[in-house]
Amino acid sequence: MKKIIELKNITKTFDGEVVLDNISLDIYDNEFLTLLGPSGCGKTTTLRLIGGFESADAGDIIFMGENINDVPPHKRNVNTVFQRYALFPHLNVFENVAFPLREKKVPKSEIDQKVREMLSLVALTGFEHRSVTSLSGGQQQRVAIARALVSQPKVLLLDEPLAALDLKLRKDMQQELKKIQKATGITFVFVTHDQEEALSMSDTVVVMSEGRIQQIGTPIDIYNEPENAFVADFIGESNILDGVMLEDRKVAFSGHVFDCVDAGFGRKKPVDVVVRPEDVDIVTEEKGMLKGVVTSVTFLGVHYEIIVDINGFKWMIQTTDFVDVDEHIGLYIEPDAIHIMNKSEYSGMFGDYSSFSNELDELSDAESETEE
Amino acid sequence: MKPASKVFTALIMIFLFAPIVILLVFSFNEAKSLSVFSGFSLYWYRELFRDSETLNAVKNTLLLAVCAAAISTVMGTAAAVGINKLRSRYLHAVMDTVTNIPMINPEIITGISLMLMFVFVGRLFGAATSLSFWTLLIAHVTFCLPYVILQVLPKLQQMDQSLPEAAMDLGCTPLRAFLKVEIPEILPGVITGMIMAFTLSLDDFVISYFTTGNGFQTLPIRIYNMTKKTVTPKMYALATIIFFVILALLLVSNLSDSDGSQTIKAAKQKRQKHSMKNHA
Amino acid sequence: MKKNAPGQRGLLQKLILAPYSVWAALFIVVPLGFVAYYAFTDSAFHFTFDNITRFFTATSTVTEGEISREVHTYLLIFARSLKLAVISTFICLLMGYPMAYIMARASDRTQKILVTLIMIPMWMNFLIRTYAWMTILQDTGIFNGILGLVGLGPVHIIGTEGAVVIGMVYDYFPYMILPIYSIMAKMDVKLLEAARDLGCNNLGVLRRVIWPLSLPGVISGIIMVLIPSISTFYISQKLGNGKFYLIGDAIEGQYVANNLHFAAAIAFILMVILLVCMALMQRYANKKAVAA
Repeated sequence: MKKIIELKNITKTFDGEVVLDNISLDIYDNEFLTLLGPSGCGKTTTLRLIGGFESADAGDIIFMGENINDVPPHKRNVNTVFQRYALFPHLNVFENVAFPLREKKVPKSEIDQKVREMLSLVALTGFEHRSVTSLSGGQQQRVAIARALVSQPKVLLLDEPLAALDLKLRKDMQQELKKIQKATGITFVFVTHDQEEALSMSDTVVVMSEGRIQQIGTPIDIYNEPENAFVADFIGESNILDGVMLEDRKVAFSGHVFDCVDAGFGRKKPVDVVVRPEDVDIVTEEKGMLKGVVTSVTFLGVHYEIIVDINGFKWMIQTTDFVDVDEHIGLYIEPDAIHIMNKSEYSGMFGDYSSFSNELDELSDAESETEE
Repeated sequence: MKPASKVFTALIMIFLFAPIVILLVFSFNEAKSLSVFSGFSLYWYRELFRDSETLNAVKNTLLLAVCAAAISTVMGTAAAVGINKLRSRYLHAVMDTVTNIPMINPEIITGISLMLMFVFVGRLFGAATSLSFWTLLIAHVTFCLPYVILQVLPKLQQMDQSLPEAAMDLGCTPLRAFLKVEIPEILPGVITGMIMAFTLSLDDFVISYFTTGNGFQTLPIRIYNMTKKTVTPKMYALATIIFFVILALLLVSNLSDSDGSQTIKAAKQKRQKHSMKNHA
Repeated sequence: MKKNAPGQRGLLQKLILAPYSVWAALFIVVPLGFVAYYAFTDSAFHFTFDNITRFFTATSTVTEGEISREVHTYLLIFARSLKLAVISTFICLLMGYPMAYIMARASDRTQKILVTLIMIPMWMNFLIRTYAWMTILQDTGIFNGILGLVGLGPVHIIGTEGAVVIGMVYDYFPYMILPIYSIMAKMDVKLLEAARDLGCNNLGVLRRVIWPLSLPGVISGIIMVLIPSISTFYISQKLGNGKFYLIGDAIEGQYVANNLHFAAAIAFILMVILLVCMALMQRYANKKAVAA
């Protein structure tokens, strides 16, 4: 596969704050790549760097083998779909899509043909003369996509384009975008903070946090084999525990020794252990490998979400069986439900379900401090 | 509206419009009196059109207003674009303050200050008279500029920044992006600013009084001289015509401004302290 | 970095502010310097304080009936200007605040109509508006005519301070209403609902929510009326029958008599006083904003 874009050791600072810290990334031809992370992680900055709206303080951006550090946006063969679409209000749908072609002085008949082609690709045939301000959010978005694709760029950059749409429309557009990418063969670089979105659409997921790349991989790899506690917590729900790797395929945590499938971490090595809530079986106390008390049960329709206190650490389990609060239960964990990760700076920060958010954690920390 | 409110509003409206109604009515007065209406006549309008000095003043005023509006609109728009691009907060504050000075300063001080400078410079160059059409034009552009800037700048600030970025993304050079995308967005502000500049220039008396020379008489100055002598309804005829012209301009300006916010803003800015507006 | 490189501003973009900067420096800032320059020099352009001291020490004789007394000419003029300006501003506020309140509570369409109506007099020529009042208030004018119809005796208003106040109020009244109205119109209705929900009647809502929140608009209006009122020179000549010299008249008089240096001195003093007042108002507004 051909490399289309290479980011080499990119560093970017804003007002003294480091926004991108020595990032390197290769983006290939015909792939759907997603930059995923919480707000402030640097994903949008990376996108804008590729588009040419920001310049890096250090490092190089290579496009098809050429260094484009100093190339201004209008000369780059890269187009952007902006978060709020940036449609030109004084032009109608046809003129918006035709805009880049008119700029290149493409002959009129060709413009006509290409615009209509694009509009049919995004299922907006017949909308040519509509004013863009009269369109719904989903329709505006499709005009923005058509406009960005009509001049056949090599790469399409999408900056959280689905953020403003409601849930069902978002799911439809996710599928549409995937279809369009496959149909045109253009590389899509997609930015989002929604991990479900990233997992469902991408060929490659790049997880970012605090200006650094945490992990690059396929959606399945990222989900099943997160490399550190941040990725494990950001993608799906995870119970993350302190453990010790006794030897290959044997790990001790929560006071019990478990068989697992990971190897190569050494002997008696401290590690982070990830167990997904849906991978834990609830059994009777006697049969359980771990024992604990149920502290809360929430019915979510598709399953129950229960919080279990095991030796002070709060686990989250997803199960279709009903258990009651204050019940004593046992947990059974299969070997391949256990995933081992190296310790990192993120160890200890995530994985305990005393609360779901950092904010509440801080509040209850403050409370317990004043109580003492 | 409650009845008490209606009465109060009516009283205020009477207060505001009484002189105007009287002006309108008496411009059609048959006789010379300004307080006793004897009959309907267009006599004074005919007299007005025979008064060459007044007609000359009208011509001068229009010429001046058109020039002042044109120059201040172009310079003001460029200035607004430049100010909007400033990154340094210090420079921004300096620009804001300087722009506000002509708006806060009493007109008499603006007029005197410009006059003193022109006289001094004129004397330096040994000119016989320092004041002329050109000094007047300079003065008018100077007090029109802040109003143009204050109409265009908010439009620039409110504009979605991703629009010119999108244009550049799709192949426009920065200059073309400005022309094709930013200008259509700020055009309503530019037009309102231009109309404001035009009407301010038409109506200005105090500053013109101090900075004109060489016998270049604008309409307000002509009116001032007329009121120094006995006034006939001829002046009222003039006032009536001015009134309807300005009314038409206001309506035109209103048409390009659907929710009235531009009009209100324009009126507020006829004299306004910028920083107070920030508190408002 | 090359021109037009991302994030780098081109030469054209840097120069775009140049014409205005030059113009502003030359025609806004420098002339103010000239006022100071003329104020502190004599006709041979030697440095002197004479002009300033003249403002504070010049005296003249005023005769009222049989009593003559010496007064400080220009201090008296200034005091008079201040007095009339404050009275006019106060009356504008008294009339304008309720009007703004009524307007803000009216329907959208009514509001637009009222705003346009209030603005129309503003766009009429200021001289003519004032002159029209002169004819109304004449001893033989329309006002007295109407009074006569009702059987009341003719009132001598023209030439009194009252006439000048009427003129000032009329000319500057819209400038008081519009800022106050503008703030009130933007006021979040939910705040008023919350106040009612918590137990305030109409008067309570007005006193405890609307008035404090509308204060910036009030201050704006006060400034927009006070400054022109203090410095006007035409209104006093026409409605005050020339008897009443205000500061604006003093400056204009000196200008006409070609005493440019003294005219500049008066202007300079006026400028300084206004600057101090505005700084104080700013301080007050800031304190209120911080407290709020």
